[in-house]
Formats: sequence, structure tokens, C-alpha cells
Amino acid sequence: MTATLQIRRALKDALAGSVFIGFGLFFALVSTTYDVGSPLNMGPGYFPLVLGGVLVLLAEAIVVKGFVAGDGEPIGPIPWRSAALIVAAIVFFGVTVRGLGLVPSLFIATLLTAFAGNRIGAISATVIAGGLMILCVLIFVVALQLRISLIGPWIPV
Amino acid sequence: MELLENLRLGLETALRLENLLYCLIGVALGTAVGVLPGIGPTATIAMLLPITFNFEPVSALIMLAGIYYGAQYGGSTTAILINLPGETSAAVTAIDGHEMAKQGRAGPALATAALGSFFAGTVGTIVLVLFAPPLARVALSFGPPEYFSLVVLGLIASIALAHGSIVKALAMIVLGLLLGTVGQDIYTGTPRFTFGARELFGGINFVSVAVGVFGVAEILRNLEDEQTRTVMVKKVQNLWLTMKEFRSIIRPVLRGTALGSALGILPGLGHILAAFASYSVEKRVSKHPETFGHGAIEGVAGPESANNAAAQTSFIPLLTLGLPANPVMALMLGAIIIQGIAPGPNVIKDEPALFWGLIVSMWVGNLFLVLLNLPLIGIWVKMLTIPYRVLFPAIIAFAVIGSFSLGLNAYHVYAIAFFGILGYFLIKLGCEPAPLLLGFVLGPLLEEHLRRAMIISHGDPSVFVTRPISLTLLVLAVGALVITALPVIRQKREVVFKEDDGL
Repeated sequence: MTATLQIRRALKDALAGSVFIGFGLFFALVSTTYDVGSPLNMGPGYFPLVLGGVLVLLAEAIVVKGFVAGDGEPIGPIPWRSAALIVAAIVFFGVTVRGLGLVPSLFIATLLTAFAGNRIGAISATVIAGGLMILCVLIFVVALQLRISLIGPWIPV
Repeated sequence: MELLENLRLGLETALRLENLLYCLIGVALGTAVGVLPGIGPTATIAMLLPITFNFEPVSALIMLAGIYYGAQYGGSTTAILINLPGETSAAVTAIDGHEMAKQGRAGPALATAALGSFFAGTVGTIVLVLFAPPLARVALSFGPPEYFSLVVLGLIASIALAHGSIVKALAMIVLGLLLGTVGQDIYTGTPRFTFGARELFGGINFVSVAVGVFGVAEILRNLEDEQTRTVMVKKVQNLWLTMKEFRSIIRPVLRGTALGSALGILPGLGHILAAFASYSVEKRVSKHPETFGHGAIEGVAGPESANNAAAQTSFIPLLTLGLPANPVMALMLGAIIIQGIAPGPNVIKDEPALFWGLIVSMWVGNLFLVLLNLPLIGIWVKMLTIPYRVLFPAIIAFAVIGSFSLGLNAYHVYAIAFFGILGYFLIKLGCEPAPLLLGFVLGPLLEEHLRRAMIISHGDPSVFVTRPISLTLLVLAVGALVITALPVIRQKREVVFKEDDGL
């Protein structure tokens, strides 16, 4: 078997393994900056340090297994544009909900989200975002009395 | 009779007007998300959890539980009518149920599903009433070592039924445990992995994790190839069974109920396994196995009863041990904790109204479901015409507002995006999200019991294997792991989950 074929076979497992190794190393290394303590009296760093190590070991097993017996199935299409829009929408809402207030912040966030769908026109996206905004205000502010300003201090009235 | 006294208390609580209302809202919402493909009970419960924080604890749990078992009903409706199981456990129902619908017998199929589910739900509730209190009494004698081993067993057992690679599932558990350590250390107050952000001192919120890995990740998967659903549902007629049909479903319903009640207690995806197991049992005992796959009513009755019985009994480990059997139960555990109630065996004693009220409400909810589903079937079918391009922005909108309302903390919102992307890529790389959520929710408990156990034993780790109950639990955990890794079982798992496309 050629090297390229082998890499293709192991691709998914190798990627998954690297994600886990990254997290494992991160948690283990940062843990050492806290008090680790002893088994008798474990400090805040003990549990995450041990688990970080375990995660790295498991991740290595995943990578090795990938090269030996990976399923070789392709990863398949990834909707990059949709993912970027949805992340942007969520982060936008988090950043602006206090400043802009619920109404504008949610409207823009849902508008961005609506564009994450395939083949959607500007008009229907606006209608969806507007409708959802009204629905959410009715549910969360009118019915559930969530303490959140509709129009925030960033918008001079 | 203590039991009757308890049931009376439960009835009193469950039949209070506001609780009846929350129960009805819960099962109606559950049916709706069960019908709608692309959104499941886990994401729904996570999104609606923040809303319930202001409710009384018992009302909150009644509504959330209603969403869970209501979704089991709704999932079978779409499975039968359009061969599109809204819920994974309904995939089995689709095999023969949709065949029956094509032969013009959609009515009897829906009636069978509803009656079987109602019967199974009732029995499941009785099993819960009978078995939960004794189990809780056993658990009262548990010390930190036993609890540590119990959580280990729960985590390991949860992956025995997950599909895909075991090592990856283990890695997901450990990643979940690690993410659960973010925030202030319970003993010393040291902030861990917060990098100075005060907003993270309280830890990452489990609602954000659940909404991210089950809601946002699922949306991204659906957007990979968005299809327009064609709904061709003819009017459903004749929602009743003939005497002959009724006789032919009695035994499958009984067998399915028994299987489901037993398998539901298992951590992991017990209700899905129950449905598949029931189908193969029915096919094996049938005098006409060749009719299976061509509209055998037994193939609807058995699995439907099994998955509903399992949905009820999966509350047993949660309510008696504080151990969630699946992601939905993990969220329920989080809801209990947020309501200020310490989960575990003391709940029955300290919060009898909550415990018995919740149980009785499940029976009431099952009754609501029969009424909601049979006469109102047309409404649910109409819901299928809601296009996905409206549905997923709604999910995101609810998710961001709900998680922001948790302490008005923007970090809970950012966490949704982080876990959505992380969850999506890990799912693409063959890692199931359920173990991550279970690990995340159980992580703090595991660490607390580990540290307490080690202090009690003066740093001697043998305490976990010298105390008999703890040893038994650990042996069971190792056994579960070994059995899962056996090739024979692995093949069976592949068969079981062949038609399973995640949660």
C-alpha cells in the first residue's frame, strides 16, 4: 500500500487524534501551573493533569488505530460558509445584546443565520428574521418577563 | 400503605392546575420536536432549560420530562406517515409502520403506536414506582468511594451502546470531564482554565455545551445537503383497530414493554436498543416472519412499546442515584442541581412531592399524548410543512437568548459557538457527542468523590477495590468495557445502529 493511500485511510482518525492531543496537552500543561498536591490531598491541578495525560494516551491510540485499520471514509462536504455565518451571528449577539438591546441584536443575528441556508433570498431572510424577532420578544420579554432591554444604550433615542 | 400515601401525594402534585398545564405544554412541545426532523429532544430541552429556572422545581421537571417522552410519540408519527423517523428510536417503527401506511393502513398503525406506547408508559411508570425507592435505600449507604465507582460505571456503560469507535468514545468522555473542570475549584476556590475571565469562574454552562453539540452541530450537518422535504400525506382515516388487529398486538406490546422497561435502566441509548431488540424478538417468535418489512402490525406494536417503556424507566438511575442514563437525563440532572436540589438517593426522602409528582405526571402526560396524537394528528402532520430555512434560525435565536438569560452572561453565548463548531468537527471525524456531554456533567461529581475518597482513605487508592460495593461497581464497569470490545458484540452493535444517524 502506498503512503498516500495510508494517509487517506487514517485521515479522520489522525485529525480526531490531533484535536484530542491538543486539548489533552493544553489541560495538562496549564494544570501544572496550579497546585497539584498529592494523592492524599489533591490540589486543583491534580485531576485535570491526570485526565490530560489520559486524553493524550487515548488520542495516540486513535491515531495508531487509524493507520492500522482506519475506515478510510471521506470526511464529506463541510458547509464553511454556513458555519462562518452561524458563528458570526452567535458571537455578534453575545457582543451586542447589552449595547444594542435585544431587538436590533437579535434581528441582525437571525438575519445572518438565515443567510446560512442555501439559496435564500434577501427578502425571505428579512421576513424570517423579523418574524422570529417578534416571536422571541413575545415569548421571552412579554410572557417570560426576561429582564433584558429591547433597545440598548448604544442607540440614542 | 406507604406506597399509596406516596402516590396520593404524587397525584395531588401532578394534578395541580399549573402542573397539568406545564405537563401539557411539555408533551405538546415534545410531540412537535419529535415530528420535526432536524431538532431532537436533547437540543430542545437544553434550549428551554433557562426558561424553567423561574418555575417551581417540580413544574420545571414535569415540563422537561414531558418534552422527552413526548418526543418518542412524535417521532413515530412521522416514521409511519412519511418514513422519516423524527427520533432515532422510531427508525424501527418506520420499517413496518410506513409499509402499513402505504397499504392504506396508516390509521391502525398510528393507533397501535399510541395504544402500545400508552400501555408501556403506564407499566414503565409502575416499574419506576416499585423499583426506585428500594434502589435509593441501597444508595443511601454509599460513601465517596462508592459514588466514584458508580460514576465511572455510568460513564463506561454509556459508551457500550454508543456506536462507532470505543477509544473515540472514551476520549470524548475524558474531554468532557476536562471541560467540566473549567471554573473555580470546589475545595480551594482556585480559578482553573479561566485566564482571568471572571465570567468563567462559575464554569462553562452545561446548557451552552448541550445546545452547541446537539443543536448547532446538528444544524451544520443538515446544511451539508439541504433538501426540501416533500410531504405527501393523505388524510388519515380509520384510527381504530379491528378485534383481530387488537388481538395480534397484545403479546408484542407485553413483550416490548418488558424488554423496554429492563433496557431503559441501562445507561446509554437504552431506548434505541430496546426498540431494535423488540423488533428482532417479534420477528423471531412470529409465525409469519416473512410479513415483517411488509406491514406487520407486530413490528410496530413491539418496538413502539419498548421505546416508550424505556423512556420511563431511564428516569430510575437519575432519580435514585443522581446518575443520568443518557444526554437528556444529564440535562435533567443539571436542571435539578440548578433548582438547588442535591441529586441522589435523598431526593425521595427530602423532596417527596417533587419525586412522586414527577412520576405521576408522566402517567398523566402519557394520557395527554394519546389524546393529542390520535384526534389531532392532522395538526402535527401540518407541522412538517415548516421549511428548514425557518426552523434553524429559530433554533439559533432560542439558543442564544436562552443561554444569555443564564445570568445575563455573554460567555454562555460564545460557548454555544465554540461547542457547536467543536461538536460538528468531532462528529464529522467519527466521535459521538453524547459521551462528551455526560462526561461534562458528571466531571465535577467524579472529581469531588475522588478527592473525598482519597482523603478518607489517607491517600490509599486501594479503597476503591476493598469496599465491596465499590469493587462490584468497578468490576461491572470493566466488564462493560470488555464486552463492548468483543468482536461479536461489536458486529451486533453495527447491526443495531445501522440505521441510526445520531441523535
